[in-house]
Amino acid sequence: MSTSTNPVLPAHHFDDLQQQHEAAQLGMWVFLITEIMFFGGLFAAYTVYRSSYHQAFGAASRHLDITLGTFNTVVLIGSSLTMALAVHAAQRGRRRAIIGFLIATILLGAVFLGVKAFEYTHKFHEHLVPGHGFQFPDAALARPAELYFGLYFAMTGMHALHMIIGIGILLVMIRLAARGRFSAEHYSPIEVTGLYWHFVDIVWIFLFPLLYLIERHQ
Amino acid sequence: MWTDFPLFPERASTIAGGVDRLYFFLVAVGALFSIAIFITIFVFALRYRRRHEDQAAVPFHGSTTLEIVWSVIPLLITMVMFGWGASLYFQNSRAPDGAIEIYVVAKQWMWKLQHPEGAREINELHVPVGRPVRLIMTSQDVIHSFYIPAFRIKNDVLPNRFTTAWFEATKTGRYHLFCAEYCGTQHSGMGGSVVVMEPAEYEQWLSGGPVGESLAVAGERLFRRLGCTNCHSPETKGRTRGPLLGGLFGKPVPLLDGRIVTADEAYLRESILNPRAKVVAGYAPEMPTFQGQVTEENLVELIAYIKSLRR
Amino acid sequence: MEASLERREHYLNVSYGIKSWLLTTDHKRIALLYLATITLFFFVGGAFAVLMRLELITPKGDLVSAETYNKLFTMHGVMMIFFFLSPSVPATLGNFLVPMMIGARDLAFPRINLLSWYVFIFGGVLGLGAAAMGGVDTGWTFYTPYSSTYSNSAVVLTAVGAFFAGFSSILTGLNFIVTIHKMRAPGLQWFRLPLFIWAHYATSLIMILGTPVVAIAIVLVALERLFRIGIFDPNLGGDPVLFQHLFWFYSHPAVYIMILPAMGVISEIVACFSRRRVFGYRFVAFASLSIAVIGFLVWGHHMFVSGQSIYAGMVFSFLSFLVAVPSAVKVFNWMATMYKGAISYHTPMLYAFGFLGLFTVGGLTGLFLATLAVDVHVHDTYFIVAHFHYIMVGGTVMAYMGGIHFWWPKITGRLYPEAWGRFSALIVFLGFNLTFFPQFLLGYLGMPRRYHAYPEEFQVLNVMSSAGASILGIGYLIPMIYLIWSMRYGKPAGDNPWRATGLEWQTSSPPPTENFEETPLVTAPPYAYAKEEEEATVVH
Repeated sequence: MSTSTNPVLPAHHFDDLQQQHEAAQLGMWVFLITEIMFFGGLFAAYTVYRSSYHQAFGAASRHLDITLGTFNTVVLIGSSLTMALAVHAAQRGRRRAIIGFLIATILLGAVFLGVKAFEYTHKFHEHLVPGHGFQFPDAALARPAELYFGLYFAMTGMHALHMIIGIGILLVMIRLAARGRFSAEHYSPIEVTGLYWHFVDIVWIFLFPLLYLIERHQ
Repeated sequence: MWTDFPLFPERASTIAGGVDRLYFFLVAVGALFSIAIFITIFVFALRYRRRHEDQAAVPFHGSTTLEIVWSVIPLLITMVMFGWGASLYFQNSRAPDGAIEIYVVAKQWMWKLQHPEGAREINELHVPVGRPVRLIMTSQDVIHSFYIPAFRIKNDVLPNRFTTAWFEATKTGRYHLFCAEYCGTQHSGMGGSVVVMEPAEYEQWLSGGPVGESLAVAGERLFRRLGCTNCHSPETKGRTRGPLLGGLFGKPVPLLDGRIVTADEAYLRESILNPRAKVVAGYAPEMPTFQGQVTEENLVELIAYIKSLRR
Repeated sequence: MEASLERREHYLNVSYGIKSWLLTTDHKRIALLYLATITLFFFVGGAFAVLMRLELITPKGDLVSAETYNKLFTMHGVMMIFFFLSPSVPATLGNFLVPMMIGARDLAFPRINLLSWYVFIFGGVLGLGAAAMGGVDTGWTFYTPYSSTYSNSAVVLTAVGAFFAGFSSILTGLNFIVTIHKMRAPGLQWFRLPLFIWAHYATSLIMILGTPVVAIAIVLVALERLFRIGIFDPNLGGDPVLFQHLFWFYSHPAVYIMILPAMGVISEIVACFSRRRVFGYRFVAFASLSIAVIGFLVWGHHMFVSGQSIYAGMVFSFLSFLVAVPSAVKVFNWMATMYKGAISYHTPMLYAFGFLGLFTVGGLTGLFLATLAVDVHVHDTYFIVAHFHYIMVGGTVMAYMGGIHFWWPKITGRLYPEAWGRFSALIVFLGFNLTFFPQFLLGYLGMPRRYHAYPEEFQVLNVMSSAGASILGIGYLIPMIYLIWSMRYGKPAGDNPWRATGLEWQTSSPPPTENFEETPLVTAPPYAYAKEEEEATVVH
């Protein structure tokens, strides 16, 4: 029945694998609720300032590179696909497929972070990083625009940090998979990692329109 | 001796009486419940004490009727408190018309107070008895809070924004003025006093001190120096690049985006510092910001000037 | 008896050595790790309080400088709130008892449980490090823009420390929720759970929903200080009041993080020492949940004079009154539990009596603060200080002390000296009231909080308060001494010295590593204290 070589036992405090699996799933969902509240604080700050300074926010958002933003969105959606495929492979206990898809996910995540780093450097050269060197072409909107970029860096930075943590977890998963720790009966670590990864993607799906697209309809 | 060890604060404003009455009501309800609960616990603890090791309690598990009773009664009592407190708060939040308007600028760690006639004070506020006084307050740095216990009034003083408070003193004397919101090292030193005087004495005080020019006059001078006259006219009629300012204060202003706002202190302040936030209908959003060019005190003068253009 | 205690294998003697503790995943050992650490933080925070009360004996600020005083009250608040009160009951008693009360062998994620302790320690080291590096002077509330722009103290370090303490409490809450959902013993339906579990479930909800919001607020303050991103900077048009909204969205519910588990402890103690099932069990359970839910909607009552609109003030005032009702319901139910009970005066019950009285006063004075017109006057005065100490110290710490005494025989297998216990409970009660009652009067007189120097007419009441604080301090030192003493010299307790119900009392004391020899099967509701209820609630 099992495709794995070693039989899997539940941890000592669980009655069976089923209970352990359910606990892991619920644990990750609860953690994601926590994450929603965490990003919720940032989104609340964004909402307040966007409504106070919608003109400045619009003008500032035009300084973001929509091509790179769209490219990154596609990359991230792609990484969600490979992640889902990795979970699918895990459910069938196909070790090499798991590892392959996880590596693909990491590569796509790294591409995203690379593009993000490029965008950050660009902002730095354009003096759009908040602080003493901040310059904005339209002086009347400079201060709220600085606020916008403060939020931009805080929100995308927090998101990038979550990506980096996610990549770290994926590396651990690859290691565990290589050691044959997963099987068709026991794959919940891969599955909950997948939940986390999809969550981080979804955050970006909100960030992208709020930061890049708010003025594009005109 | 008793004056060195007061247990109740002085009551020296028109609103203090109302606040105290509500407070006494709360004290009465609170005392009634606490004493009843203390006595009950005490009586139960004595009456139903365990007399021998194996004594069993009389079993029963609950009563929905009782639960409803002791949910609904507290709910009703708290609703009385809510209604009384909210209506009093609502009444107290509005200054009567014709109040003396005093501008308060807070900074670490002093209060700067400016009378409309031009008298300026630091950490001391002279006011006449029996006349409402409205405070228009802002901070140059962190959040402070303007607190006069004898008047039962308090309001935070925020940077980059106006907040207001008002009082009408009922008793002459000298009262504490405190900063109630923690504001840094000398927070506890950021106090002073309010001196309530007979009206005649107050007039004398106003004319006696080293009186500068009035706020509105200073504001007018600044208005010209900053070049505001290039676009704005103090008249009520005519066509200029910017909106007319004569008679503007307190009037509704239609905005470019269709909203209508009232031209109050907060609006004037925002329009000077962040002119494109609320652009008047019919005008181009071309006014430059004056942020960084005017201090809080300058703003107070400019606004006093614009307010003086009431027609 | 003595010999059997030593011979039988239990969680304390199963292995020895520092590594067996620092790498343990046993929830009981982790609870003891927490107990030791938060006791340290309690006494550090207490030492700051002692210095403050010494300073306030005289109206002139003559003992320490204003700067030092500001750092003292800040670090007192930070230590007590983030590093003692928030973890107090959940991380120690909760950690120890949640798995035992539901008949589980451990929490769902034992390694995350250990991780939470390390995260907590890391935060605590940062907090203590900040204190050592000159301290922080923003007040535990970190109000912007003072904290983000003006303060010249170790704000970032303290903020990051608080962030990690919060992260640790998120991990604990997550663990409790999953454990209570997934690991209950067979037959242990929701309405058969002890009220301690209900209280911890409600607490965990707040931990996972509220804590992340304060975490992001604190992170933004730190980012603003480090990189000047200016989210709360008024010079950029940022809104310092937005910080207050984010901060209190967590920090008001955080009050319930501190009080709800305490209420859970009181339910257990009152039932056991009255030998009665808790009156209105379901109402008490739902009161916990409704406090947790409504608690999220009342944060604006901290901001009635902050320039927030008067209509918002009214809504928040209304909701704040609503949250008073379930708290009142709980008090009435505990009193009804005592009615026709068989009450004994053991130390835990004395603490419970103290809790009931002090929590009542704390709760009723909370109504003053919810009342808009009165709050305008007493906001940011000593009235507030008195009120929240009645809740936090009079409520939470009393229950925490009561709980430690109640479960001490289970935790250590030994009894504490009863006479000393009663004596110190009395001392704490008297010292507490002398310390904090005068502060209500000071508050209505108008003495603002966080004042280093004050007008002379406030001196008499301040001296009373300082005198009380010294008594209170002694009241906390005595148990510290005799509890440590009893770990070695106390009488062996037996498995169930209070003849209490509850699964944790069905196993041996101290319990074995896996808690139960066999997974218990539960067939009846909790608190079967009456004779006819005693038969077969637990089948092995």
